[in-house]
Amino acid sequence: MKFSNVMATAGEWLRGEGPHHQIVISSRVRLARNLRNRAFPGWAKKAERTSILDLIRPRVEELTEMQDSFSESLQELSALERQVLVERHLISREHAAKGVGSAVVMNRRQTLSIMINEEDHLRMQSIRSGLQLKQAFKLVDKIDSALESKLEFAYDQRLGYLTACPTNVGTGMRASAMLHLPGLVLSELINQVIQAVSKIGLAVRGLYGEGTEAMGNLFQISNQTTLGEKEDEIINRLSKVIETIIEKEHDARQVLLQKKSNTLWDQIGRAYGVLTYAHAMASKEALNLLSIIKLGVDLDAFPEDRRLPIDELFIDIQPAHLQKSSQQKLNAEERDHLRAQIIRERLKLFPKPDISKMARESGNGSTAGPSNNE
Amino acid sequence: MQKVNLCDACSKEKGVQDPTGFALADLLLGIGAAEEIEKGASTEKCPVCGFSQADFKKTGRLGCSACYITFAEGLSTLLKAMHKGTEHVGKFPQRAHRAMELNHRMRTLTENLQKAVAEENYETAASLRDQIKQLESEIAI
Repeated sequence: MKFSNVMATAGEWLRGEGPHHQIVISSRVRLARNLRNRAFPGWAKKAERTSILDLIRPRVEELTEMQDSFSESLQELSALERQVLVERHLISREHAAKGVGSAVVMNRRQTLSIMINEEDHLRMQSIRSGLQLKQAFKLVDKIDSALESKLEFAYDQRLGYLTACPTNVGTGMRASAMLHLPGLVLSELINQVIQAVSKIGLAVRGLYGEGTEAMGNLFQISNQTTLGEKEDEIINRLSKVIETIIEKEHDARQVLLQKKSNTLWDQIGRAYGVLTYAHAMASKEALNLLSIIKLGVDLDAFPEDRRLPIDELFIDIQPAHLQKSSQQKLNAEERDHLRAQIIRERLKLFPKPDISKMARESGNGSTAGPSNNE
Repeated sequence: MQKVNLCDACSKEKGVQDPTGFALADLLLGIGAAEEIEKGASTEKCPVCGFSQADFKKTGRLGCSACYITFAEGLSTLLKAMHKGTEHVGKFPQRAHRAMELNHRMRTLTENLQKAVAEENYETAASLRDQIKQLESEIAI
């Protein structure tokens, strides 16, 4: 499969069909594995990295799940193509910075991606739509079992799977979910939630993982520890916390509908107005406004069939996707113009926000409508 | 709340008072980790990959899987502070499982053999010796 095929089709996880898909964008599980007694990628010299890659890559490519896969060495991909893969969460930012001796192999549906010689020799990741951590683990677990019969993984009876960074030792597993939490952000409860989650040993991060900013009201929640707990225990614990956050988000939306409906309608109306008429827009602003439109779809201000075009825009307006689709390198100003243009075109057939349905949602029919409730 | 990530140099420049507190190992592994690593024999190198503790302090990553044995002592404190438990309880590779089973069988047979010899039960001892030989050839595969 060629890069152009990857570019042409969105990953299956974007279709938003999984459980709780309104709030949970995607679930991801990755396993880190290394070959026994071989230098980890960060320490290995170029020749050793290449020999490790040559050992692992054919084993990965011959997996049944990898029939008709996209498989490419990092140095064969342009900076822009790598960035596209980062924006789709198919490779990490760290991996995008790698060159000779690193590769990525992913299945056709873009639900399974295997990075070779990232921080560890193998980083296997499965992505699903909605809250499906167990299902995501199942696939990556199967891949791991298939590979362990052909490759000798570094494993210690006491410490489990041995990884380049001691923070991953044990299961080598990082399970995470991407949550869309505009309700908690608008009601200024998000910091409380983040603090509570951090206290119980889970991590909250921005859109692209460690050290990145939260944009578009999107937050990644993942397990922090990997040693001393079974994989399914970690996943159950994480799933429970996420289910609680989903409830809190729903509660926050209900409170907003009932107590601050004017503010909510104002936000949705402004987002719609700016996105429909703006001629220059930076990624961050676009993501933040699209997030409000997405909330509008959840609250019936826009018809349900408008959900997919909005979800697609979240991906398509990011810098590398923008440039790859226009097939030219653009500076920041040109990108902002093109971004605004693409959004305007996609929103052409988008109906105006219908607040009457939303008002009914507020559960109080008699005061329905944009009445002043302050 | 705004989170700022600073390196050693920037933290000094911005007037953050305790620059030692910003060593990478500390950031990664919790305050005190860098000191913990320094206490160990810093000249010791991993026999498999040549990695030293000083390298770990610099990068926060290890050199190869054998480093976990070479630097076991220093690491055990860090791992304890970092994780929920100190022992892996999750998935294991099937080949590790097989090796574990064979080792366990070998230990039992050896113990029984010693007992049989001590009790001058030579018939049993001979049979146990045969079983050990058989097992040794299995392990060699």
